[in-house]
Amino acid sequence: MKVVIVGAGIIGASIARVLSQYEGLEVHLLEKCPDVGMGVSKANTAIIHPGHEDDPNKYPLRAKLCVRGNRLWHQWAKELEIPVKWPGELMVAIEEEDLKTAEHYLELAQKNGVPGARIIYREELSKIEPNVNPDAAGALWAPTAGQIAPWEAVIALVENAVENGVRLHTETEVRGIRIEKGEVKGVETNNGFIEAEIVINAAGLYADEISKMAGVDGFSIHPRRGEYYVFDEDAGPKVTRIVHQTPTPITKGVYVITTVEGNLMIGPTAQDLPEEAKEDTSTTKEGLDFVWEWAQKLVRKLPPKSKVIKTFSGLRPEPPDGRWIIEAYDDPWGFVNVAGIRSPGLTSAPAIAVYVVNELLNGRLDIKLTKKAKWNPYRKSMPRFATLPKEKRQQFIKTNPAYGNVVCMCKEVTEGEIVEAINRMKRIGIKTITLDGVKFRTLSMFGTCQGSYCRIRIARIVARETGIPLWKVSLKGKGTEYGIGDVKVLLRNSKEEKKNAE
Amino acid sequence: MQNDYDVIVIGGGPAGLAAAIKAKEYGLKVLLLENRDVLGGIPLQCVHPGFGLHYFKEDLTGTEFIYRFIEKFKELGIEYYTGSHVMKIIPVSDIEKRLEVITPQGLLELTTTTIIYATGARERHIFEIGITGHRVAGIYTAGEAQTMMDIDGIMPGREIVIVGSGDVGLIMARRFALEGANVKAVIEIMPYPGGLTRNIVQCLQDFNIPLYLSHAVTRIEGKERVERVIVSKVDENLTPIPGTEREIECDTVVIAAGLVPYLKVLEKIGVMIDPATKGPVVNEYLETNIPGIFVAGNALVINDLVDYVVEQGEWAAESAYLYVKNQGIPSKKWRKIAKGRNIRLVVPHYVSGDRDVMIYARVQKPEENVKIRFPEIEKEVKLPVVRPAEMVRIKLRREEIKKAKDKITMEVVPND
Repeated sequence: MKVVIVGAGIIGASIARVLSQYEGLEVHLLEKCPDVGMGVSKANTAIIHPGHEDDPNKYPLRAKLCVRGNRLWHQWAKELEIPVKWPGELMVAIEEEDLKTAEHYLELAQKNGVPGARIIYREELSKIEPNVNPDAAGALWAPTAGQIAPWEAVIALVENAVENGVRLHTETEVRGIRIEKGEVKGVETNNGFIEAEIVINAAGLYADEISKMAGVDGFSIHPRRGEYYVFDEDAGPKVTRIVHQTPTPITKGVYVITTVEGNLMIGPTAQDLPEEAKEDTSTTKEGLDFVWEWAQKLVRKLPPKSKVIKTFSGLRPEPPDGRWIIEAYDDPWGFVNVAGIRSPGLTSAPAIAVYVVNELLNGRLDIKLTKKAKWNPYRKSMPRFATLPKEKRQQFIKTNPAYGNVVCMCKEVTEGEIVEAINRMKRIGIKTITLDGVKFRTLSMFGTCQGSYCRIRIARIVARETGIPLWKVSLKGKGTEYGIGDVKVLLRNSKEEKKNAE
Repeated sequence: MQNDYDVIVIGGGPAGLAAAIKAKEYGLKVLLLENRDVLGGIPLQCVHPGFGLHYFKEDLTGTEFIYRFIEKFKELGIEYYTGSHVMKIIPVSDIEKRLEVITPQGLLELTTTTIIYATGARERHIFEIGITGHRVAGIYTAGEAQTMMDIDGIMPGREIVIVGSGDVGLIMARRFALEGANVKAVIEIMPYPGGLTRNIVQCLQDFNIPLYLSHAVTRIEGKERVERVIVSKVDENLTPIPGTEREIECDTVVIAAGLVPYLKVLEKIGVMIDPATKGPVVNEYLETNIPGIFVAGNALVINDLVDYVVEQGEWAAESAYLYVKNQGIPSKKWRKIAKGRNIRLVVPHYVSGDRDVMIYARVQKPEENVKIRFPEIEKEVKLPVVRPAEMVRIKLRREEIKKAKDKITMEVVPND
């Protein structure tokens, strides 16, 4: 049986991995960008939520799959060597009356089966998180909360899925879905027709458009934008726990976290954008000012603004009424929506993938799937030279001197790692090696100087390894090339124009 | 106890090369470590003239200037590694520092009596100057654009807006114009230019490139690549004035918003940093608070002329020589150079009165017909004009310094 998954974000990649465990399936993972995980999945708060934020009566799937997803990530992160940590989360009640709100979420934690959540008060709060606002009344403490590197999660999932037989098609945009006699037959793409009996729509912000192609109308996805600040790795004081505040009717507030890479990060905003703004990942002064103002209330002290090394924004796909659309249909048979996966989508991704396969494919569509006798659940992470012990480093350089050439000074990333990232991209079938792809795999260009020293050095390596001219190396695919030609291109063009005019 | 080297010079640009050459001439056992795969540093990508006017009394290009040092360096047979990176410095004692170095030949553990840190500076980037908007292609720092054009021979873009009027920004404006690009504007947030006057004339006026003072780029917009920037006037607090926004269409934004000494490895071992220079606090030997670690060039303070960078490199080499010879810098009563009226930064920070010392300073704002005054030692130097872009360089004589009790204030006062 042939299956097409539309979208290689965290949801599509998770589904691909789960499907790769089954016999007799030919799974095609389609992605319109040159690389995986470059949409919603790469720019968010990267928290593995405990599961106490959703009312099970209102959002039954969100409530259920979040708690399950949190548990599953423990295993998945280990198998796939995804950077992850489990610091727990504090929903801080700044004023006494906010404790009532915290209690409401404690009730939800109980209803949803979240382990270990409880209310703590000022004294314990400052013990658990010394940098929290010392005037805060208390918090809902949820020890099961975790943090993950979201882009690496997608990369790891896809690497593992491809290892187990899934085929990745990047730069492949779905233009239509062929349906005959109420049954899915395949997808039309810019790279031709791909036959499939099952089409799983995990297209993130564009899931509404894909669904329309299958004739399943009636919902639209609009982007909700969140803006963030990231501080330099040496900027503190940092927080140990995930810190946010009890939501108010006006705002959910912001998070203050220390990322798995070790940078303090604050955000996000939650700004609803019009449906057509699905690419508007710009930052705004208003948004960033809001983040700063609210983050200040949460902690004792923020680092100075001069220690900010990056601001960014990400979009979340917001479905109508906030309800995830995870459904299979009788007509057209074979079309499956996994749409509008807003927060806690990253947390729930593994559970969503299992749910789609068990409840929808095996259950609703009654496809009898059997597990492969042999399936490799493991994936090795990229070597991080800077974190290796001395003897290991020496050994790496001996086998490959490129590991002795530090290209990115801030994050101490070596040429060996850059080349390894490029090779891994090629191995999963990526056609255009982008600088963003290298960046998210190696963490080069992630440090203090944000690539102002090393971007060109990395671009040279990409040009060398892919055999294209340096200026054609792109940041994120077509239209984002590093340069416009050789240095005489403009003078030559204007000379020719003059000649032609004569 | 014998260390592997008397001095290890970190950085093979003008400061590092000058330091290594001088140290070798003093008879020290020298090793130089360079991160790139060639010696020379930033001047390698500087094809414009203006180098060496003081040092060689000649007007050279950056490449010509640095070539002379590379030649001399190689003539002297000084040991060096390219493609090397210092991961860690361990100050074991005042006369032993251990370095962990990565090179393509393997990991090295080296010991040395002194270190001259000459790693230069990094460029301030878009996220440090409060520009919001889209993170798209077509945004470069000036140094990156310069590397692209003059090392790699590729053209970054067609329609250029340059953010910042420091020398690097001005040089790049001309460089883009020479290759047929349309440089639409140089935007400067301050009410005065950030670069040398000669560069304003030769790089902007001669090419009819408009300079907007008291303006800021607040936002970059575009889908895949830059399509336009939003520019506003700013008030005296450098805050954008609402209602003054306008768009400039362009496909390239070049950030030339200044340099910051790059001291990552030193910061990790507790070297004191001066918030004004963003470089280390040093005494008249260019020595940091860690004995035997000296700093020179743009890692010490952002210089406007390469000649000063070289001067500091040689100065640090002399210091390293004295340090090795005397097993350290003698104990002294240090006098602090205090910043007075209209002085933004000053280096070195401490002087003793045992030797003549060159003082480098920058002013906060331009002022005409002034005196640089050191009231405690009754010294005055008349200057027709001072500008933030141009370093003030004044030599204090040892007998002058000795007149001060515990501090020497440096201030700019009107010359009346």
